[in-house]
Amino acid sequence: MILDGKCPTGSLADKWDKHRQDLKLVNPANKRKFKIIVVGTGLAGASAAATLGELGYKVEAFCYQDSPRRAHSIAAQGGINAAKNYPNDGDSIYRLFFDTIKGGDFRAREANVYRLAQISNAIIDQCVAQGVPFARDYAGYLENRSFGGAQVSRTFFARGQTGQQLLLGAYQALSRQIAAGTVTPFPRTEMLDLVLVDGHAKGITVRDLTTGEIRCHAADAVILATGGYVNVFNLSTNAMGSSVTAAWRAHRKGAFFANPCFTQIHPTCIPVTGDHQSKLTLMSESLRNDGRIWVPKKAGDKRRPQDIPENERDYYLERKYPSFGNLAPRDIASRAAKEVCDAGFGVGAGGRGVYLDFGDSIVRLGEDAIRTRYGNLFEMYQRITDENAYKQPMRIYPAPHYSMGGLWVDYNLQSNIDGLFVLGEANFSDHGANRLGASALMQGLADGYFIIPYTIADYLARTSPGQVDNTHEAFRQSREQVDEQAGRLLAINGRKTVSEFHRELGHIMWENVGMARSASSLTEALDRIPALRNEFWENVKIPGTGQQFNQELEKAGRVADFLEFGELLARDALQREESCGGHFRTEHQTADGEALRNDADYAHVAAWQHKGADQTPELHKEPLTFENVELAVRSYK
Amino acid sequence: MDLTLHVWRQKGPNDKGKLNTYKATDISPDMSFLEMLDVVNEGLIHQGIEPIAFDHDCREGICGTCSQVINGDPHGPQAKTTVCQLHMRQFKDGDEIYIEPWRSRAFPVIRDLVVDRGAMDRLVQAGGYVSVSTGGVPDANAILIPKDDAETAMDAAECIGCGACVAACPNGSAMLFVAAKVGQLAKLPQGRTEAASRVCTMTDAMLKEGFGNCSNHYDCEAACPKGISVKFIAQLNREYLMALPKAGKTKA
Repeated sequence: MILDGKCPTGSLADKWDKHRQDLKLVNPANKRKFKIIVVGTGLAGASAAATLGELGYKVEAFCYQDSPRRAHSIAAQGGINAAKNYPNDGDSIYRLFFDTIKGGDFRAREANVYRLAQISNAIIDQCVAQGVPFARDYAGYLENRSFGGAQVSRTFFARGQTGQQLLLGAYQALSRQIAAGTVTPFPRTEMLDLVLVDGHAKGITVRDLTTGEIRCHAADAVILATGGYVNVFNLSTNAMGSSVTAAWRAHRKGAFFANPCFTQIHPTCIPVTGDHQSKLTLMSESLRNDGRIWVPKKAGDKRRPQDIPENERDYYLERKYPSFGNLAPRDIASRAAKEVCDAGFGVGAGGRGVYLDFGDSIVRLGEDAIRTRYGNLFEMYQRITDENAYKQPMRIYPAPHYSMGGLWVDYNLQSNIDGLFVLGEANFSDHGANRLGASALMQGLADGYFIIPYTIADYLARTSPGQVDNTHEAFRQSREQVDEQAGRLLAINGRKTVSEFHRELGHIMWENVGMARSASSLTEALDRIPALRNEFWENVKIPGTGQQFNQELEKAGRVADFLEFGELLARDALQREESCGGHFRTEHQTADGEALRNDADYAHVAAWQHKGADQTPELHKEPLTFENVELAVRSYK
Repeated sequence: MDLTLHVWRQKGPNDKGKLNTYKATDISPDMSFLEMLDVVNEGLIHQGIEPIAFDHDCREGICGTCSQVINGDPHGPQAKTTVCQLHMRQFKDGDEIYIEPWRSRAFPVIRDLVVDRGAMDRLVQAGGYVSVSTGGVPDANAILIPKDDAETAMDAAECIGCGACVAACPNGSAMLFVAAKVGQLAKLPQGRTEAASRVCTMTDAMLKEGFGNCSNHYDCEAACPKGISVKFIAQLNREYLMALPKAGKTKA
C-alpha cells in the first residue's frame, strides 16, 4: 500500500495556513459534548489536554506516574529552538526548517517540518506568558545559545532545566483545567489496550496501578502522547517507566509503526561502569558549546588527562568537522566517539569513553562563568562518578536517547486508524532519521498547543458525540484480553526475573541493532529475540497478584512488549539498505566512514502493519518528496 | 560492601506496617541507592518474596518521584541530593540502614515505601499557575524581565515537587513547596496580576489537605534536594499579608 501523508498542496510557507482554513470547526456549545482521551502527560500530552480543556472539550488525561508533573519531558535539559532571530545572526523560519530537514538526513516530511519551524515562535511566546523563567540578559530580553547541528543561536533555555520548566508550564495549564473541571486526571494508570468500534478509536482499557483494577474508558477520540521506546535497549537515558506499551498495543490493533529503526544515540552521556547499572545519565548537549572533545593520540594511553600535553591530544571532532567542530550533530558525534574507542583510543575503565574538556573555557571565561552555565550538570557528574570536572575533563560516551520512529501519522497527526491521534515522540513525523538538539521540546509543544486543537476538531466535526459507552461489546472483549494477559504472566512462576530478561534483550539490541548495524548482526538479532521471547513466556517469575500495587507485573507487561517490538525494530533496520542519521549500516558507508544514503530506493517512510504475533508484518511505504530542498550529501566538514 | 537494611513493609493503606530486615551483600560503592535496592529486590524475587515497592522514574534527580527516608533523613544523608542520585560510596561496609516512606498525614502510604502525594497536585490546582489560555499572547520580548528577577524566579521554579520538605517538617508543612510556586510567579510580571488571589487560594488548600503550618524549623530547606531557600517562605508570608485586604474585597 502506498500511504498518503495528506500534506496540503501549494507553497511551503502557505500550507498550514491554507490547511487551517479548510479544517472544519466544532461549535463551542457542541465541544462539551465530545470526550477526548489523552494518554501521557509530558510536553505533548499535557499541552494538548490543557488546550483542549480550555477550548471546552471534556478531557480525560492518563499517566502511569503519580503526577503529570513527573513525565519524562521533565528531564530534558538543554533548551528549545525557535526561529525568532533575536540575536540577529541570520536565522529564519526557512533556516530552522532547512537545518531540521538536513539534520534528519532528509527522511522527514517537508510540510510537517516547515509547520514546526513556523509554530516554534508562538511556543516561546506562550511559555513566557505562562511564567516560564527563561534566561534573560541584563536589559530584560531573552537570551539564546547555540546547539548541535546549527550555526545560529536559536536555543532558548532555563538554566539546565528547560524541559522541567516547559513541562511545569504545561502542567500548570493542565492543573488550571483540572480545577475548572474540564480535564479529569487519572494518574498511576497505564493504558493496556486501544478499543476500536467500527474501525474508529473509541476508548482505551487501563490498569489502575494502585489497586490493579482493569477498567475501560470510552471517548470520541483518543490521543497518544506516550513518548519514546529506546528502553528497548534496557540501558538508556529514558526514565525507568518509559515504554513502548501504549504505542505497541495500538499497533497490535492496526496502527502502523513507522521507521522504528530510527533511534538516536546521544553523544554526551556518562559512561557505563558495571552490570548493576539501571540507566545511563545524559549530560546536556549544551556542554559541547564550551567543552572540547578529545582522546589521547596514543592508543591505550593510561596517563591522567592533565598529564597528557596538548600536542598529544586528538580533538577529533574539530579535526574531522572543522566548520561544526564540537557542535557536530548527535549522530555524527556519537559515531565518531565509537570509532575512536573501537580503535583503542577510548579512556576510563573499559576504554568506552572520551574526554569532554572545559580546561580551555575555564582559562578563557573563568570557573565562575562555567559554573553559572553548567553548575548543576557538574554537580550531577560528580555525584555519579566521584570526579570534579572543574579540575579534570568529564568522561562521556554515547547512549540510546530518543526515538525518531513512532506510530505513523498523517499531516493532521492522525494515525491510519480514524480517531487515533499521536503526538510528540510517540509519532514519527518531524525528525527524520536523526533529531537535532533542542527540537524535541519544540515538537512536543507544537503538536499539543498548536496543531491538535485544529486537526482533531476537523475529525470530531465529522462525527456525532457519545456514540458508544464502555458497556459496548468491544470494551468487554478488550477487558477480557487484558485480564487474561495479566493472569497468564502471573501464572508462569518461572525462574528468571523480568529485569534479567530486559537486560538480555538490551544486550542483543545494543550489540546488534545499536550504533552500527549490518545484515549479519540484524539477522542474528532476528534469530535471538523470538527465542528470548519464548523463554520469557515460559520462565519469567512475577511475585504477587494482579489485584494489588505490583511493580513487577507492570514491568513484565512492558518487557513483553519490548520483546515483540525489538524484533520489528531489527526487521526495519534490515530492510533499510542505506545509512542515514541514527541508522548506520556498515555495508553502506563512504571511503572515509561517513553515512551513505540511498535516495533512489529509500526516500520513504517505512510503515509496518501488524499481522499477529509471530507473523511477518507487512511493509507499507510513504514516498517522501522534496520540492523545496535539494537532497544533498549531509556534510558538517 | 555488605549492609543490613531495615525496610518499612506495608501491604496497603489500611494494613499495619513494620520494619523487616534484609541483607544487601556485595554492593559496589559506584551503585546508586536505588540500584542497591534493585539488587536486593532481585534476590527477594528469586527467594519467592515480594520485592520492596518504591517510587522512582528518571533516576537523574529531576522528576521528583523517588521518596525514601533513609536513617531519618528524606533522600538520605547527602545534602542537595535525591535518593536516585545518592551513591553507595556515602555508606560504609557493615552499615545498618533504616529505610522508610515519606512521613506525613497528607501522604497516605500506598504500599511499602510508596506514598500518595496527590495533595501536592491539588495545591497547584488551587492556583499555582498563570491564567493564560493557549494563543493570543504577546511576543516573548514584549514582557521585559530584569535578569535578577528571572534568576530569583528560576531559583524557586527549580522545585521538583518531591515532597521531601513535607516529610522533613515536624509539622508536616507544605510551605516550602507552596512558597516556591508563589515566589516564582509573584516575581514575574505575568504572574503578578493574580498574586494576591493565588497566595490565598493555595494557603487555604494547604489547610484543607491536612498540611501543618511553618514553625521555622528549616528542616525543609535542609532536606530539599534542590536547595530551595526558606527565604521564599518569608516572601510567601509577605505576599499573604499584602493579599489579605485585597482578598477581602474580591471575596464579595
